Amino acid sequence: MRKQFIRMSTKNKHVVAYTATACFLIFSVFLGISIGTFHITFKDIFQIIFNQLFHTGLAPDIDESMKSIVLDIRLPRVVLAGLVGASLAMAGACYQGLLQNPLADPYTLGVSSGSSLGAVLVLFFGIQIPFFGSFTLPVVSIFMGFLTILAVILFANFIEKTMRIETIVLTGIILSSFLSAFISLMIALTGEELRQIVNWLLGSVAMRGWGYVLMLLPFFLIGSILIFVNGTELNALSFGEEKAKQLGVHVKRRKLFILASSSCLAGAAVAISGTIGFVGLVIPHVNRLLWGSDYRHLLPLSAIFGAAFLILADLVSRTIVSPTELPIGVITALIGAPSFAFILMKQRMERRG
Amino acid sequence: MLQVKNISGGYQGRKIIENLSFSVKKGEIFGILGPNGSGKTTLLKMISGILPVKSGTIELAGKPLSAYSPKKLAQNIASLPQLPTQMFDYTVLETVALGRYPFQTGFFKRLTGEDEQIIQKAMEQTNISHLKNKAINELSGGEKQRVFLAQALVQNPVLLLLDEPTNHLDISHQKIMLDQLKNWTQSNGLTVVSIFHDLNLASLYCDKLLLLKDGKAVAVDNSSVVMNEKTIEQVYGVSIVKQSHPELARPQMLIIPEQKQEETYKVTKRDIVQTKELIYLKAASPLKTLSSAIIGGGFGWHSTFVNRHVDKSYNCQDSRSEMADFLQKNGFDQHATVAMMTAACLEDGVVSELEAEGVSVVIVVTAGLSNAVDAANSIKRNGIASGTINTWILINGRLSDQAFIESVMTATEAKTKALADEKVLDPVSNTIATGTSTDSILVAATQKGIFHQHAGTITTLGRLIGRGVYESTIQAIQLNQKRRGRT
Repeated sequence: MRKQFIRMSTKNKHVVAYTATACFLIFSVFLGISIGTFHITFKDIFQIIFNQLFHTGLAPDIDESMKSIVLDIRLPRVVLAGLVGASLAMAGACYQGLLQNPLADPYTLGVSSGSSLGAVLVLFFGIQIPFFGSFTLPVVSIFMGFLTILAVILFANFIEKTMRIETIVLTGIILSSFLSAFISLMIALTGEELRQIVNWLLGSVAMRGWGYVLMLLPFFLIGSILIFVNGTELNALSFGEEKAKQLGVHVKRRKLFILASSSCLAGAAVAISGTIGFVGLVIPHVNRLLWGSDYRHLLPLSAIFGAAFLILADLVSRTIVSPTELPIGVITALIGAPSFAFILMKQRMERRG
Repeated sequence: MLQVKNISGGYQGRKIIENLSFSVKKGEIFGILGPNGSGKTTLLKMISGILPVKSGTIELAGKPLSAYSPKKLAQNIASLPQLPTQMFDYTVLETVALGRYPFQTGFFKRLTGEDEQIIQKAMEQTNISHLKNKAINELSGGEKQRVFLAQALVQNPVLLLLDEPTNHLDISHQKIMLDQLKNWTQSNGLTVVSIFHDLNLASLYCDKLLLLKDGKAVAVDNSSVVMNEKTIEQVYGVSIVKQSHPELARPQMLIIPEQKQEETYKVTKRDIVQTKELIYLKAASPLKTLSSAIIGGGFGWHSTFVNRHVDKSYNCQDSRSEMADFLQKNGFDQHATVAMMTAACLEDGVVSELEAEGVSVVIVVTAGLSNAVDAANSIKRNGIASGTINTWILINGRLSDQAFIESVMTATEAKTKALADEKVLDPVSNTIATGTSTDSILVAATQKGIFHQHAGTITTLGRLIGRGVYESTIQAIQLNQKRRGRT
């Protein structure tokens, strides 16, 4: 009888968790589409999306330009921000558990440096690969990101067959700073492209359109599915590799699996939107504080929460000193840090009683 | 069950374990002992499969470890390492539930009803059910230890590996945990291999012990063989004293702290205080004692010695606690006191001091002869009547246990001779008495100065005791007879 009650209560906790974060996401999406130089009501957004999906009728006051603003400009931007936020949050949560380090974020192992270097190279040399056209930058960037993580894994494996976490972290840091030096070098040498490079590095989801969403989507789907099925293994791994092994986890195989899938998420997100900080570090912690550390729930909850958070951050970045757009990375830190501090403080005070 | 054959290995080029072989039978508790850095944890990691061996084989149930898949291995071997660190706040329940991992299949690894029952049971066994929803980082070391034990238990292992399981536990939880382990090995056939720092706990609970030094086995055997002073001193490089456990045939090791050479303390005749009611000695530092006294009997260390006069009519059901009350009322610490009683007048007690070849002994005898008994004929008697010759032998010197017992023998022989020479008769059998009915003896030694392995009648110490007790007893008998003649 008592057992049943407890089982119910943990189930209830998760129902509450998923409902609350989902509502947060839906609210953010509508808010993100609604606010801008041209204000659109929630009701109109609803109608336009329904019309597009099911060819239902439109109210007479909705004209084509409004429809276009929603479907071609704001919706893709919001969806892209959401996907990037979700990717970064999941990748961050994975790295933290895998590396057993609460300070880890999606950029710890150098994937971002690789992607950034790719992007900066494209901007610096003004490269335009035929066939890819305007998508040259993200394609090169993703490619470089993957090269980087591959290099990290191979090098770590070369140094030590067992690929201990410490070795991976150190390899990542070495490679990351090495690649960053190249970025700094190009910034130093560049003239006209400086502004463009810096803007890209600070991160943005502006002016991307559906093409970018479609490009990110496969990486997002593959990465997140691979990560979701490794939830329990991540729980075990966060108790240390030895403990995980004693619990029966095929440590090396799972480690590569998780590393590959989270790097897939992080690399793609950086290639699309630049290095947006803070989301990957803090969103997983916020969700741990709110709902607990169990990765089977932490990953999806962080993804939803991260998506909603980045949509809001993007909204603030483009409206706060409109018409100028602030870099989204600045906003994530400006909103994120204080709210994280607040949650942390509240939780520690509760614990103290 | 577990067969370790000629294994060697360690970390990256550094060989820590060298050519080690042993086997563990099903249902055994196997203890691994050894000084810091001797390779205990390395060995345990090798057995748990997380550290590969360089050469040799480890077989579980006849199959080498490498033939098991990680999950199959985790279904057979569970480990309780020295506490893993955890950065994130997992709850106790989540932590314990992870132990079911090797049994979970499918993509999302849900817990079945059976899993939940096993988890519930393990948490009850380790007494952590009430902590269920707490974060493990909020728990004390001992509570964490029990959480990880529960996690290991839900793996339903046949072999449980423990790295200093009692490390963070208080003495009651140590006993509970080890008793439980013993119980599981006996009832469920669980096999336990455990590292111990505490030699005495290992000796108490292990069926077999492996003593490691520098990665090599010094001994693999049961505790009575492994735990001997020579081997332990050789391995740990400290001197220890072996003692038998008072209740079990399991040796216990005691360490002796380094002592600065103290000034030798000497008991002299002048230290004895003698009044009509009481003879007592308050020694400046405790003496090692062997005594038959009602308070402070057996072997022990005591600093106060009391011989108390009671009336002939003294009759108390619980003379022990009456005596304890008496001591307390008179300002003696009963835990540091050896106390006897007698009906004899204590003014007639004889105190003497003898010295020869640097050995000195103080002897105190009080004699009440109202109930002299011939030991050879006491079988003809019935009923209890008291009569007391109390003998104290206070020795300035260091005695072995044998010497203590021989002192008692020598003193008894001397006493008997004194009674014979004084022609004290057993009134019932009408033969020469050997003593009285409730005689008591105390041998106390300062345990400083000259060492005496023996105290038989021909040793220097034995001679002094024999002579001293004989003369003092004769004198005490005469004084007693004089007083009785008077009254």
